Amino acid sequence: MPFSIGTIIWREIWQRKSRLVSGLMAIALGIAVITGIQTVTTVSRQVVAEKLDLLGANILVLPQAASLDDYYSADIDAPTFPEDYVERVATSMLPGVDNMSPKLSRRVKIGTESIILTGILPVNELASKPIWQASGLMAAELDLACATATAAGAPAAATTPIDPAKKRPVIDSLAAAEAWVGSVAAQRLGLTAGQVVTVEGEPFTVTHILPETGTIDDSRVFVHLHTAQRVLGTGTQISAIEIMGCCSAISDGLLAKLRNILPDTRITTISHIVNTQIETNRLMAKVSVIMLVIIVLVGAISIGNYMWANVEERRREMGTLITIGFKKRHIYRLFFVKSLVLGVIGGASGYLLGTGAALILGPQLAGLQVSPVFSLFVWSLVVAVGIAVVGSWYPTYRAARMDPALIMQEQ
Amino acid sequence: MFVLDNLTKIYHHRSEPVYALDSVRLTIPRGSFLAVTGGSGSGKTTLLLMLGGLIRPTSGTVTFKGSDLFSLTPAQLAEYRNRAIGFVLQTFNLVPYLTALENVMVPMLLNGTAAADRRNRAEALLKQLSLDRRMDFFPRELSIGQQQRVAIARALANDPEVILADEPTGNLDPSLSVEILDILEALNREDGHTVVMVTHNPQAARRAQTVLQLSAGRIISEKAVAPTGTAAASEGSRGVDKSN
Repeated sequence: MPFSIGTIIWREIWQRKSRLVSGLMAIALGIAVITGIQTVTTVSRQVVAEKLDLLGANILVLPQAASLDDYYSADIDAPTFPEDYVERVATSMLPGVDNMSPKLSRRVKIGTESIILTGILPVNELASKPIWQASGLMAAELDLACATATAAGAPAAATTPIDPAKKRPVIDSLAAAEAWVGSVAAQRLGLTAGQVVTVEGEPFTVTHILPETGTIDDSRVFVHLHTAQRVLGTGTQISAIEIMGCCSAISDGLLAKLRNILPDTRITTISHIVNTQIETNRLMAKVSVIMLVIIVLVGAISIGNYMWANVEERRREMGTLITIGFKKRHIYRLFFVKSLVLGVIGGASGYLLGTGAALILGPQLAGLQVSPVFSLFVWSLVVAVGIAVVGSWYPTYRAARMDPALIMQEQ
Repeated sequence: MFVLDNLTKIYHHRSEPVYALDSVRLTIPRGSFLAVTGGSGSGKTTLLLMLGGLIRPTSGTVTFKGSDLFSLTPAQLAEYRNRAIGFVLQTFNLVPYLTALENVMVPMLLNGTAAADRRNRAEALLKQLSLDRRMDFFPRELSIGQQQRVAIARALANDPEVILADEPTGNLDPSLSVEILDILEALNREDGHTVVMVTHNPQAARRAQTVLQLSAGRIISEKAVAPTGTAAASEGSRGVDKSN
């Protein structure tokens, strides 16, 4: 390889390996910390998103003329809309819609008690009712959570066919003559599992008494949606669709997009759930940004310190090169190329170190199954090179402006 | 070659002006060998660095081959140093992590010399200075005499018209000093390089054709050196014009 300015840079780095190591350590450790944290955070986000999804449905679609009172009281004349609205949303492939559970609710007389009969699609309903799952009613595994939906690049709509292999042996079906009964309703009606309850003249076997949820669901009797439509004589009408929406998608205007698809409905969020989800996501994002800023600052200061020391150490050398005829741009090149090399090596080794630490420590300390985030590799290189260049900018500027006459007179 | 007209350099120390050079007028012809002597702080190094375009005068001009040096841009001054000037310094100032050969090639990186020519020229110079067996040695592996010879080879890399030497024998023992002075003298007499050498050493100064003595930034004497090595007062002779 012919002798060039590149040779000078490489020789200086190579001949001063021990000093290089301290400079590299500063970058590599900084990048390792942020890569490790980001790797764990990425996994944590998915876990948190899944847990947030478990809070249940967060968007409610009602008929235009209906109020929330209508929805909860389920009066006989409460407005309805066609069931095929569910299909309309599903086929729109709208990102951020994790699950939809359509339902038809009507207040009926069972014996002497006034009870709300609610027709549901059991798989979809279970997906949005995690607390029911705890009692042995299990939902099929849906493609939950913002992170996974985004990664897949497509929403998991309610009508997405569910891979039978993913299903666990669960109680997730509700036959035409079966009913699930809320805990309060069961108490009021004196029902236990296996008994038969007659609703609107039709007998239903109670296959499950639902766990207490502290919600209006405790006072309901659930049958299959299509059975309810037949029994109540509403045709293919429903009272509402409860949607589990990805919270970041809600922030990004999911409601407006739903309104475009279903213009004659009233779409609202279940605010306490959405707010919790959005606040949690914001907090995690803020923590990541704060960590990034700290690491960038510490890294830049460390590199700046190293480069400063390097410039001081090389004062005589710089003075000599200037007397030989080096211009400012040559001096800038010497130091900036060196900082680029430091950035690339420091970034790459920091990524490997941080990812390795996350893979080892993630399961041990946080109980998370961590996998490498390959996109962080590019990110690590960019940040490390940025830190190195920013950190070495002022020392390099000083080096280029050195007065060789003063250096000569220092001899 | 050089014409210094009313050259003054003032530094400020605690708000007090300190004259490093005071109204110096001097002509240095092509092919001359000038020794500049004087005590510490007399301004001799300032004069040398000004000839190299490294220090800007407070007033006055330095003309090199008819061009005012300090009307040049910093980039043009860098090219001037690279092509027209070769510096030889007391502490050699070799780049410590480059070999002798690479140190000599450094100046040629900047003036477009082809890679093969750079190597050939550097090898030839090192051979000329009896360093052909030390080409791949790092400075720390060379004796100080060898280091100074490498520095001279580097100064000659781009075949400059002028050699500016700042105490080139200051760190050398007497026999090595003679060796280095022989080289500088040969460069002047045989190859026609103009040599300006700053020195404390009277014996070294007598190797020059003209000895200029500075005190407090002023030229206080200028003597032509007789061929026998004894200096004879000869103001204005050999083209050196002193005027304070």
